[in-house]
Amino acid sequence: MTEIFGVPMPVLLGQILIGLINGSFYAVLSLGLALIFGLLNIINFAHGALYMLGAFVAYWLLNLLGIPYWGALLLAPLAVGVFGVLLERVLLKPIAGLDHLYGLLLTFGLALILEGVLRDGYGSTGMPYAIPDGLKGGFNLGFMFMPTYRAWVIVASLAVCLGTWLLVEKTPLGARLRAATENPTLVRAFGINVPLMITLTFGFGAALAAFAGVLAAPIYAVNPTMGANLIIVVFAVVVIGGMGSILGAITTGFMLGLIEGLTKVYYPEGSAMVVFVIMAIVLLVKPAGLFGKAS
Amino acid sequence: MKALLTGACCALAFAGLGGVAQAAGISGDVVKIGVLNDQSGVYSDATGPGSTLAAQMAVEEFGGKVLGAPIEIVVADHQNKADIAAGIANRWIDDEGVDAITDLPNSSAMLAVQEIMRNKKRILLESGGGSSDFTGTHCSPYGFHWTYDTYSLAKVTGSAITKEGSKKWFNVVVDYAFGEALNRDLTKAVVESGGEVIGEVKHPISNADFSSYLLQAQGSGADVIGLLNAGGDTTTAVKQAAEFGITQAGQKLAGLLVFVNTIKALGLDTAQGLQFTAAFYWDLNDETRAWSQKFYDRHGAMPSFIQAGVYSAVLHYLKAIEAAGTDDADAVADMMRKTPVNDMFAKNGKIRADGRMVHEMYLMEVKKPSEASDNEWDLMKLVRAVPGEEAFRPLNEGGCPLVK
Repeated sequence: MTEIFGVPMPVLLGQILIGLINGSFYAVLSLGLALIFGLLNIINFAHGALYMLGAFVAYWLLNLLGIPYWGALLLAPLAVGVFGVLLERVLLKPIAGLDHLYGLLLTFGLALILEGVLRDGYGSTGMPYAIPDGLKGGFNLGFMFMPTYRAWVIVASLAVCLGTWLLVEKTPLGARLRAATENPTLVRAFGINVPLMITLTFGFGAALAAFAGVLAAPIYAVNPTMGANLIIVVFAVVVIGGMGSILGAITTGFMLGLIEGLTKVYYPEGSAMVVFVIMAIVLLVKPAGLFGKAS
Repeated sequence: MKALLTGACCALAFAGLGGVAQAAGISGDVVKIGVLNDQSGVYSDATGPGSTLAAQMAVEEFGGKVLGAPIEIVVADHQNKADIAAGIANRWIDDEGVDAITDLPNSSAMLAVQEIMRNKKRILLESGGGSSDFTGTHCSPYGFHWTYDTYSLAKVTGSAITKEGSKKWFNVVVDYAFGEALNRDLTKAVVESGGEVIGEVKHPISNADFSSYLLQAQGSGADVIGLLNAGGDTTTAVKQAAEFGITQAGQKLAGLLVFVNTIKALGLDTAQGLQFTAAFYWDLNDETRAWSQKFYDRHGAMPSFIQAGVYSAVLHYLKAIEAAGTDDADAVADMMRKTPVNDMFAKNGKIRADGRMVHEMYLMEVKKPSEASDNEWDLMKLVRAVPGEEAFRPLNEGGCPLVK
């Protein structure tokens, strides 16, 4: 059997695939963060909590209203998106234009509150959420057993990432959005409602987080700390990709998932910190991030 | 300055007078018990506020008083950090007059506090922590290991599964003191039963994705994959093992430290057939059912075996104070060792010189969905009750200096 650095080829291929699946979550989450940072200049620490909220909404939809997974995949991002819009209008707007630190503290506090309230109600172990019937089971790839649901996660996240990228880069709406990022005052002079765009962008970012949350619900237990565990890595992804860069966030998300997966084969003890080691190196060599433009 | 000195002197005099007037042999006129555990993290469902309630229930059985002095419970969150746990224990004893500490999950925190309690001569009623070193090389005349330990989990589960014919193990181990002790104890139990451990992989605590480790285990050709972790980590690992078809492909899954809350979080569909060792289950007999129902009515969840153990330990501690006529740690510890433990948790439990409370353990199996009743907490069935002498490590094998 072919071996690469002492690891059999099939095992290695399996790990690469697993890395890509985890990378999907990093990509969708960091995409939302990058969008929000690009337009609002807010470091949204509540992003992990919104992701967790997405999973919880899916859980409530199923257990209180009997709405299955597919409905939740549409409704949960919608609900959390509306919540995001409210958040922006009520809490974030008043502090727009202040130092980054205020937004960071506000969203961090918000994340702690959301987590605390749900932990009080549901405990920390989490609740079960079954894989939908159509996506149960899996198929044999020869080198590994591929669960159908995980394949779906890759497809769904790639589609969402691609869609968002096209929306921002190739449509008139996206053009206005990018223009507003560069120079909001000038864009407003053209009669474009920039505050509305900012609000909607935040809502869309929140919806993306919730979408990832629903995708994650059947894989990880739905629990109040699921976002807190992930958000730090996702921040590292955004920093490595370049703050505010959409393509950077997507590419880096998948890439880091891959590197993390490989670390788990060669040096499992290091898997929790490899992302941060890379972040430190990138910051030393290219402070604006791999895809960021130096300002 | 002079006024200050005079004040201090008078305060001392009053304290001395108070000492004469106080209830028979109770220091500070109050018995203070500290519940020190994880109130909000990965282990908070199995320990946390539920353990506080369990201690409270033991105190209420005593009418809130022992030898005429009130019993008070204080609570703190150690956040699974050994240094925070040590800081709180020091403050409790030095400044707040705490007489005993209970629960204390997380082996790293437990071993740190054991040393403090030994030096300051205070009772440690350990329920939440697992490392069997607590009654081995780290044993103390004031430290009591009540509920379970890594040795008993490994012995009962490890030998039962190995003897059933699953000889080759691959261990997925959480990377801190608990995982290390469990791995050592399990390897010993497996080898003694005629099996072998062919591989292992370590993961950080609160790990979100186990698929990578599970694939390594799957590729190893092992008969059984041992999950040497606890709480949320076990939940995630079992869930993802089901997703990757590990059990359908013929490999067995063995959880080493599994709580009733873990199974509740997994659901029977995912967890069915999983075998593990427990120190208590709410549905064992009429007595456990009655106590658990009272607990459930106030907590909204059935007790984990750690929480039931906290109740039993605090109750036994209070009984010992009553019998000894004092809360002096040496006298109470002696009385605790002399008296057999009899309550809804343990029948005729015995406390050994190394601090181990020896009682019956239970090999449990998660029910199939078809076997369970409508009760959402009807989750497991008893496979075998294992006598304490068989489950726990023989007294002379732990390396405890107190054992002669």
